[in-house]
Amino acid sequence: MTSLNTHSDPLILEMRSITKEFPGVKALADVSLRVKAGEIHAICGENGAGKSTLMKVLSGVYPYGTYSGDIVYQNEVQEFKDIRASEHAGIVIIHQELALIPELSIMENIFLGNEPTKRGVIDWAEARTRSTELLARVGLREDPETPIKEIGVGKQQLVEIAKALNKSVKLLILDEPTAALNESDSQHLLDLMLGLKGRGITSIIISHKLNEIEQIADEITIIRDGKSIETLNVKADGVDEDRIIKGMVGRTLESRFPDHEPKIGEVLFEVKNWNVGHPQIQDRLVCKNSSFFVRRGEIVGFAGLMGAGRTELARSVFGRSYGRFISGHVYKDGKELQLKNVRQAIDAGLGYVTEDRKSLGLNLLDDIKATTVSANLRKISKNFVVDANKEYAVAEEYRKSLRTKTPSVEEGVAKLSGGNQQKVVLAKWMFTDPDVLILDEPTRGIDVGAKYEIYGIIQKLANEGKAVIVISSELPELLGLSDRIYTIFEGAITGVLNKDEASQESLMKLMTSARKTA
Amino acid sequence: MNALKKLFGGNTRQFGMIFALVALIVFFEIFTEGRTLTSGNVINLFNGNSYILILAIGMVLVIIAGHIDLSVGSVAAFVGVCVSLFIRDWGLPWYIGVLMGLGLGVLIGAWQGFWVAYVGIPAFIVTLSGMLIFRGANQFVGKSNTIPVPADFQYIGSGYLAEFGPKTGYNNPTMLIGLLAVAFVIFSEIRSRRNAKKLGAEVPETWVMVLKLVLVCGAILYATYLFATGRPGTSFPVPGLILAVLIIVYGFISSKTVIGRHIYAVGGNRHAAELSGVQSKKVNFLVMMNMSFLAGLAGMIFVGRSTASGPFDGVGWELDAIAAVFIGGAAVTGGVGTVIGSIIGGLVMAVLNNGLQLLGVGADLTQIIKGLVLLIAVAFDVYNKTQGKKSIVGMLMKNFGRSSEIKADETTQTKEVISRGI
Repeated sequence: MTSLNTHSDPLILEMRSITKEFPGVKALADVSLRVKAGEIHAICGENGAGKSTLMKVLSGVYPYGTYSGDIVYQNEVQEFKDIRASEHAGIVIIHQELALIPELSIMENIFLGNEPTKRGVIDWAEARTRSTELLARVGLREDPETPIKEIGVGKQQLVEIAKALNKSVKLLILDEPTAALNESDSQHLLDLMLGLKGRGITSIIISHKLNEIEQIADEITIIRDGKSIETLNVKADGVDEDRIIKGMVGRTLESRFPDHEPKIGEVLFEVKNWNVGHPQIQDRLVCKNSSFFVRRGEIVGFAGLMGAGRTELARSVFGRSYGRFISGHVYKDGKELQLKNVRQAIDAGLGYVTEDRKSLGLNLLDDIKATTVSANLRKISKNFVVDANKEYAVAEEYRKSLRTKTPSVEEGVAKLSGGNQQKVVLAKWMFTDPDVLILDEPTRGIDVGAKYEIYGIIQKLANEGKAVIVISSELPELLGLSDRIYTIFEGAITGVLNKDEASQESLMKLMTSARKTA
Repeated sequence: MNALKKLFGGNTRQFGMIFALVALIVFFEIFTEGRTLTSGNVINLFNGNSYILILAIGMVLVIIAGHIDLSVGSVAAFVGVCVSLFIRDWGLPWYIGVLMGLGLGVLIGAWQGFWVAYVGIPAFIVTLSGMLIFRGANQFVGKSNTIPVPADFQYIGSGYLAEFGPKTGYNNPTMLIGLLAVAFVIFSEIRSRRNAKKLGAEVPETWVMVLKLVLVCGAILYATYLFATGRPGTSFPVPGLILAVLIIVYGFISSKTVIGRHIYAVGGNRHAAELSGVQSKKVNFLVMMNMSFLAGLAGMIFVGRSTASGPFDGVGWELDAIAAVFIGGAAVTGGVGTVIGSIIGGLVMAVLNNGLQLLGVGADLTQIIKGLVLLIAVAFDVYNKTQGKKSIVGMLMKNFGRSSEIKADETTQTKEVISRGI
């Protein structure tokens, strides 16, 4: 194929059977990617499929030798040892989190690490002329001496591209470039990408926004579970969103679920017209007029892509522990609650198991027993003195009932495996005896056997008459566990499906597009 | 070694420090030809260091919560001069002066706590500013003069317990305190062992417990003997008694109460603590306020001991207190540390100071040696680092060893890293 294509469609990049392993996990298995010169090539896949890992291999973040397989770029096998090496070859990656220094000016950022000098002294006149030129090319009308912090995210994105152009980029990689942008900024960026294509610059774009991909990409490579599944030619194959989704989710259910007969009662918990602003950025909403309810004994799933606003919704409801509260109402048993801090939320019968165990859920210096009681110390104390005997007894009880594998409850939580850590976190929240329990990615980083046990615990809690909310990026998990599933896209709830009408395809469609029917 | 560790339970660091303290005492006892363990010297040692040890108690809580307090020396000096003036110029009785001094400490602490907890300014900055403000305030209100305090005020800084009861040849109140301490140690050890057994937790063998009790009680009785046999009129010193009460109270608060748990929780992982309903701002406020309260107390004890308040009281105390806390096993990043460990750390420094002085080593060399001891103690800790405890060196190395960290970490974390990246 390569030889046949050299004339009509020369390849600028070919990644041949790339395999990248982390201890115990195969992040990429035999992935191949062929990018033609001068095209826009999209990479699609679910959260965790391996897209970013692949780009890190390409750009030298994971240096040559830490992966197997070949990177052929401009007809030569490359052995990048760091990002500098790949940039030198003309490959520039722009990450989701922008790598600009807010205090420095646009010009200083563009030339950072690449300053034009005259006899060892920075030639600012030259820098200014060149940055004005570069800004014109990306269509950004700003004084090059404006500090980065004074311009919006959309414009910052353009500065990143100008910086890439300055390095005479041949292959531009954009990781979720429009995730943080509003519609008009996104459109401008997409137009710019088409413009760059006209000048012969090849781009690789990673995006969850399938409509954008459909609009600008020439070819799409789909990655699933660390394997490259297929490469589609958008025009020739007549690709649409449904076709891409099918490629992304087309797998059989891997995890199994304990049998469960739901006993669903009346509405227990309800959130209405919930609006929350971004903690730093003014005028940006992380929750847009969201309303949902959960019934007694029901397990409700929240599906959405990373960054869609699921965690933000949960945490803002849980005692306003995220973002700026703007408006909205929370009801439990039909009575409105005022939850201004986490303490009030816990006292009102809410529990929230965090997404990120290590940085938000656990104090890794603590032992199991201290962690188990940490959200409800009052229950085991008298006159503010903690009863160490009760503490031990409580921790022992949960260790036995949840079958946590540990030599003793005096073991440090840092020494436990992910699954057992999660059981300790669950124990901590079960000990607060919540009526409404929110679980954010409850099985992330947990092996299959422990997942099965965690599912069992979740179902048992629902059977006890609690309202359970499960946030998960794994659709099969949501489909297997939930009685009802809400979908979230860009901070807004875009739909709700009952267990019997939900499928991976229908969910993915709602998760990747704004609500079509009111 | 392992049997000894079993003896004292606790972590390697604490055990190491007790061992180092004993070794230091033995070393100096031999090389000063018996001048270290004399009544006069031991009483002196306590009198001369009690205020640093009191600061260390407050400081360890501040450091556990993840902050630092550089202002303690200045706050102590400011409270000292104010109390001296209250007593001299307003003619207040000494005990009213003490109460007002404590109140002033609380007010200063509320000021600093407000900026740290509710405005969110790093404690380093707030207390650096406090260090300047209260040093200046001390010299301003005292007009940079020394202000003497009356003899009855001096009691809290250099007093001794009054003799009572039959003539035994020993100081009776000191003997009583010593015997009570022994009784308490035995009682609490037996009780905690019984409780642990009842819950089915693992307990060490009986001989371990007996040996531990013999060693601890022996040490207490020997100290009691030293304190009780000083020259007539001396006893266990009053500042030592105040210190002992504070150790018990704060040791209890930090390890057994809800607020104590909250301090460790906030220092260990602030976000996790907040998401568990801990009001971290309140915790930070209280911890900072308590530190200035204790600094005020330490300042008054010092004034009592030196019979007058002066413009350079308390210079450098913050560094001694911080050093004691880190030698005693606390972590720079917060969440780790104990009151008793910090006291042992402070005693290591005090014994070192005292012993070198007795040997006639100059102040210059003494400082060099103390500096090296601090470094070696923390290096020892880093070397012995077991689970996730962070320390100075670990923090400095963090940016250099990122890739190896990922490799060394367990699978689940890597998985998380991958999925987050995507």
